[in-house]
Amino acid sequence: MPSLKDLKNRIGSVKSTRKITKAMQMVAAAKLKRAQDAATAARPYAERLASVLANLSASAGAGGPKLLTGTGEDKIHLVVVLTAERGLAGGFNTYVVKLAKQKIDELRAEGKEVKILTVGKKGREQLSREYGDLFVGHVDLSGVKGGDFSESAIGLGKKLTLEFDQGDFDVATLVYSQFKNVLSQVPTAQQLIPASAPEDSETVDLGNALYIYEPSEEAILETLLPRYINTQILSAMLESAAGEQASRMTAMDNATNNAGEMIDSLSLQYNRARQAQITKELIEIISGAEAL
Amino acid sequence: MANKLHFSLVSPARELFSGEVDHVIAPGSEGEFGVLANHAPFMTTLKNGVVRVLEGNDVKMRIFVRGGFADVTPEGLTILAEEARMLDKLKVEDVQKELEETHLKIQSLDKEDSTRLTLQEHYDYLESLKAAMVN
Repeated sequence: MPSLKDLKNRIGSVKSTRKITKAMQMVAAAKLKRAQDAATAARPYAERLASVLANLSASAGAGGPKLLTGTGEDKIHLVVVLTAERGLAGGFNTYVVKLAKQKIDELRAEGKEVKILTVGKKGREQLSREYGDLFVGHVDLSGVKGGDFSESAIGLGKKLTLEFDQGDFDVATLVYSQFKNVLSQVPTAQQLIPASAPEDSETVDLGNALYIYEPSEEAILETLLPRYINTQILSAMLESAAGEQASRMTAMDNATNNAGEMIDSLSLQYNRARQAQITKELIEIISGAEAL
Repeated sequence: MANKLHFSLVSPARELFSGEVDHVIAPGSEGEFGVLANHAPFMTTLKNGVVRVLEGNDVKMRIFVRGGFADVTPEGLTILAEEARMLDKLKVEDVQKELEETHLKIQSLDKEDSTRLTLQEHYDYLESLKAAMVN
């Protein structure tokens, strides 16, 4: 049986925890709005680029650049794991890491060589115990201010295309959390390189007309593909950022509710204990008086 | 002119313009070109320059773009720009300020930093933007 003082201390500490989680929830809600707006604003560009690529690759055929057709081999896989910089966001990071692990194990079971590049601190921490020897790089997002990921995305995209050209890997897959809505973020594995236009992107029916390309089809593809990859990374980063805030908001909302319930039950316990003590003292006084 | 051309201009950050216009003149990498309604399918890369949107014979809007693509389909013209600014709303002083800030940022980075190249491109863009505004 905890003493009255212990109970009082515990209630005090749970109360301050509730204040913190409440504040975190409100901050996350405000940030979520901004992150969501950024993710929505970036969508038209990504969609248009995808449909341009779909048009182009449909007519390019097999002779296209390596970024589109691949190296012709399938030995070395690079898995890019995109997680958040910070925790306390419910299962957000864990779900992404879980999918990444599953993917890595699958690839290893098939006898492929796997390399891991982590983006965001949390994923690196969670993967380092089991797969630390497979790490080939890390991108730190903590310096990103105001949700402007374009510099990091383009930097990472350039790095990947460069390494691909050097033959450091054959296939690159991006594992990240796709933002469906506030309540659901779906961990997704998406193939980055060789690039492929999403199947649902619309190709325009040209009838019998043929595209005119300037300067040439190959030259356009060559400039377009790296940008397409950058854009995919960028939208993944934006979605992941929105998902992180949404997930944190939900987690912190739950935590606030739980803290509230805990305070209620602790207060009840405290009041009972106090009442019991008063009753005990009364009995002592009365029985003392009776004895006289 | 009976037919209108559907024109949309998007940059990675957002959609800047989408609507029906008469005529668009864009800076293709092989030279400027104009697009009217019912243009043949056409795709080109762009160089830094001004995209002009015409309504009848009047220039309605000028947008300064950096790189990217123009894609003409039977549905209309889409310009995918790396960066784009509405030229008529900008002030030279603001561009100058951003130019200086970018320059400082570039100098603060190491030579190997991959974002340095990106910033340099941004810097060049701002510089040509300033040049276009002064003229």
